[in-house]
Amino acid sequence: MNIIIYTAIVLISIGSFLAFMRFVKGPTAADRAIALDTLSVIGIAGLVLLGYLFQRYIYIDLALVYAVLGFIGIIVIARYIEKAL
Amino acid sequence: MDTFNNILEYIGLFFVLLGSIFLFLGALGIYRMPDLYNRLQAGTKASTLGAMSVVLGVGLMQPGWLIKLIVIILFIGISNPLSSHALARASYKSGIRPFFKKKVDDYEAEDTHGRASDEESIN
Amino acid sequence: MSRKNFSISRYLYTFFIVFLIWYAFTTSLQPAEIITGIILSLVVAYITVVNFDCCDPILIMPSHIIYFIQYFFVFLVALVKANFDVARRVINPKLPINPGIVSFETKLKNNFAKMVLANSITLTPGTLTIDVIGNKFYIHWIDVTTKNKDEIYKEIAEPFEKVLLKIYRSHN
Repeated sequence: MNIIIYTAIVLISIGSFLAFMRFVKGPTAADRAIALDTLSVIGIAGLVLLGYLFQRYIYIDLALVYAVLGFIGIIVIARYIEKAL
Repeated sequence: MDTFNNILEYIGLFFVLLGSIFLFLGALGIYRMPDLYNRLQAGTKASTLGAMSVVLGVGLMQPGWLIKLIVIILFIGISNPLSSHALARASYKSGIRPFFKKKVDDYEAEDTHGRASDEESIN
Repeated sequence: MSRKNFSISRYLYTFFIVFLIWYAFTTSLQPAEIITGIILSLVVAYITVVNFDCCDPILIMPSHIIYFIQYFFVFLVALVKANFDVARRVINPKLPINPGIVSFETKLKNNFAKMVLANSITLTPGTLTIDVIGNKFYIHWIDVTTKNKDEIYKEIAEPFEKVLLKIYRSHN
């Protein structure tokens, strides 16, 4: 039972490492913003999964707040790239 | 009732596994693709369905949390394509051109205004 | 900022939408949460009502519900297909891509319908909406197979637009 959830968490961790590598490498600021966007979506899924594993409802609220803040952050970065770079 | 919950739990586990595989593939796409726009393609689609599927799977395993998890699913489904569209337009307007094997670019004509004003501001 | 298109009915409509979002995010019926939500929604609606013109209410007929369900399934199938498409391209060591930016014109007039169409296109196989100017959509396509305008339209937008046109027919 739990082995599947642990497999999922390992896959998600490898995925976030790959996205982080792109965040470090990415030649332009926009590439880094894309990597950050993907990292935040992976983070939401990871938070919900951890909430289930630890049986804590507060992680779900945390994931929702993280989703809202990540979206606003990406929009702000996109506006900045469009006008100022 | 007990067997029903068991079946729901197995379906939920399946969704969680499927979603995590898609999240992994999306991140692999972000890492491997040759230019910004293709990265955006891989990243948006795979990570949207991946995250939705993981969250839905947890919702099936824990039916008491389902309402809030559906709010998260809807929010991801609306916000993710919007943010990738904003990033694509912003990076095109800031002068990053896509990678082409054979050039097909209808959007170039629309962008002249932006580039002209950039040159003015440099002078 | 001019407050020219301010009216009480628009203000109440905006307040209703903002409060609905607040309620979706808190999902609690405690009096303190509801009162905070009402006060904040009144303030936010007052600030944003002049810019909030995307989502004018439309008349929903009972027959439309079938179209909503149909749209949902068309969208779900396209989303799943898109993911297997991305997976196939990413795993293949040769990266089989041939990207390009194409454009097509939509028949939809309603702003909200255009937004739904643009978001749906972003989530379908190999296409990403870059910009919408008037009724022209600019799409980044990961595997350009044709330059013919009609075929581009048929390939990218037709399955969604068919259903959306049925819902928004009376508002065109």
